[in-house]
Amino acid sequence: MNILKTRIKLFSKEIQNQVNELLSRYPIKQNALIPILLLAQKENDGWLTEEWMKHVADCCEVPLTQVEGVVTFYTMFRLKPPGKYHLQVCTCVPCCLLGGTELLEYTEKKLKTHAGYTTADGLFSIEEMECLGACSYAPAIIVNEDYHEQVTPEKMEKLINNLSK
Amino acid sequence: MVEETLVLFKNIRKPEYSKTLEGYKKAGGFQTLKKVFGMKPEKVIQTVKDSGIRGRGGAGFPTGLKWSFMQKGSSKPSYLIANADESEPGTCKDRELMLKDPHLFLEGMMIGCYAVGCHHGYIYIRGEYFPAIKSLNTAIEELYADGLLGQDPMGSDFHLDLTVHSGAGAYICGEESALLDSLEGKRGQPRVKPPFPAISGFNGCPTSVNNVETLAYMPFILGDGGVDAFKSFGPENNSGTHLVSLSGHINNPGVYELRMDVSMRDIIYEIGGGIRNGKKLKGVIPGGSSSSVMTADEVDVLYNFDELANIDTMLGSSAMMVFDEDTDVVKLLLRITKFYAHESCGQCTPCREGTHWSRNIIRDFLKGNGSDEKLKRLDRVGGNMLGTTLCALGDAAALPIQSFVKKFPNDFRKYYAKK
Ligand SMILES: Cc1cc2nc3c(=O)[nH]c(=O)nc-3n(C[C@H](O)[C@H](O)[C@H](O)COP(=O)(O)O)c2cc1C
Ligand code: SF4
Ligand code: FES
Repeated sequence: MNILKTRIKLFSKEIQNQVNELLSRYPIKQNALIPILLLAQKENDGWLTEEWMKHVADCCEVPLTQVEGVVTFYTMFRLKPPGKYHLQVCTCVPCCLLGGTELLEYTEKKLKTHAGYTTADGLFSIEEMECLGACSYAPAIIVNEDYHEQVTPEKMEKLINNLSK
Repeated sequence: MVEETLVLFKNIRKPEYSKTLEGYKKAGGFQTLKKVFGMKPEKVIQTVKDSGIRGRGGAGFPTGLKWSFMQKGSSKPSYLIANADESEPGTCKDRELMLKDPHLFLEGMMIGCYAVGCHHGYIYIRGEYFPAIKSLNTAIEELYADGLLGQDPMGSDFHLDLTVHSGAGAYICGEESALLDSLEGKRGQPRVKPPFPAISGFNGCPTSVNNVETLAYMPFILGDGGVDAFKSFGPENNSGTHLVSLSGHINNPGVYELRMDVSMRDIIYEIGGGIRNGKKLKGVIPGGSSSSVMTADEVDVLYNFDELANIDTMLGSSAMMVFDEDTDVVKLLLRITKFYAHESCGQCTPCREGTHWSRNIIRDFLKGNGSDEKLKRLDRVGGNMLGTTLCALGDAAALPIQSFVKKFPNDFRKYYAKK
């Protein structure tokens, strides 16, 4: 009973409504698993805990092992907290041709951390990305949910300085 | 002078175009859907067959034929899924449509749903496309509010729901059977075929998976005079315009709508404005990173399905990546191979192991540990992946490796001849 109570608390009323709306869009509840996991991750500041995964498993009526299998398969799910600003830098083919790799190196140097890590103040995390689908406007990055295109180290520096304020 | 031919970008290219339902209707939107509701679904499919349109997602399979395979009289519901995964390196065209003229694609999808008897269509979109997801959801809300989605739109007897379904980051989910597993709420791993999706797809029901761009042509093709006009835009068997994603060392990168009888040289030098900084062209990856590379002296071919197949490469997703004379192709191949090593789903041994082996061999070259024997081995590892795997990702990883070794052997030798 206790466990159930804490689980119910995880989704706010508004989010629960969104979850119900998602569930209603599919023939079976399992189909809504990935969209609901994404919603849960957003609710929990960008990462998933065992508790949240259990909760989503209940919502979609699937075993926890399936949720874990899914979470570890897709790159957008995270099992540790990202920074407040998650910098996703593309180094795939067209971006690589136009300086994406150097841009990533610059970002790592500027923030004194590496791709896959978060700065000590929790403000920034960096991730090296495969193609983001913005190749004609390379190099491309995503900051949280926003695309930035034709990014140079100078633009990156400005962006980081602005976000640090 | 080569110019764009505007079918899909007709609205987008007008600076004053407002991408609202009202703006789309003003531009003639939803006239074709109205006409289609007065046609029998079989007639719609026949018209699509007549147009000769081939899928724009990468494989170039005839769309009308695909729809005609959908199992009829099944007791199960039928589904049409739009493939908006767009993860093939170099490709950024579907995004353009979804961001700038979402209603056009949605009208096309609605026509497709009507043709195959689907009452709930899903748009499987890559999770990173947040702005496009927003754009589609806004447009879909408008359609429901207007009565174009839901029960009996435009007085037809048809009812249709559309749902945007976000993926969560995995290239392999662009492959249609992996996409279906992902849509069902599982890890996205390609299925053994047959059965094909037309027989057993989403939740075991008859399903057609179609690329966003493919569907977006439907309002034109089914409009008045559409079939003949569409066929006139390219040579036999390569009809229509296509959206070309142009990237790399080019003066005017961008997404352009071109006929299928334009040469690659014209695309690079006229549309693309030539190579940056006055450099010389070294080569082109013509159809997404999965296609075989071409050298600078091979670009006098028409940019279409058959001409590229004739020279042992492919049009794929019409994504041209251009690189200049200063490019280190060994490093370029390393980056491509890293991509496939990262994205292999791991089900098949040749793909799972082969992508990592080849990546390691290429690294050896860069560390100065190359040799003639290793160059041969690299080619052989590629060869062992070809045609030996469950899905086409194995081939997609092998073709760049084998073609880079074949077309640019001296660039590899440079790394060990110096010693
Ligand atoms: C590894 C792999 C990745 C693919 N990625 C995509 C993709 O991102 N978008 C897409 O439309 N098709 C992709 N395809 C092709 C699809 O499997 C399928 O053929 C296509 O969506 C069908 O639509 P079409 O007939 O309109 O081209 C991919 C295929 C493979 C083997
Ligand atoms: S070829 Fe590669 S990606 Fe495709 S099913 Fe096999 S292991 Fe997975
Ligand atoms: S390669 Fe970076 S966006 Fe496509």
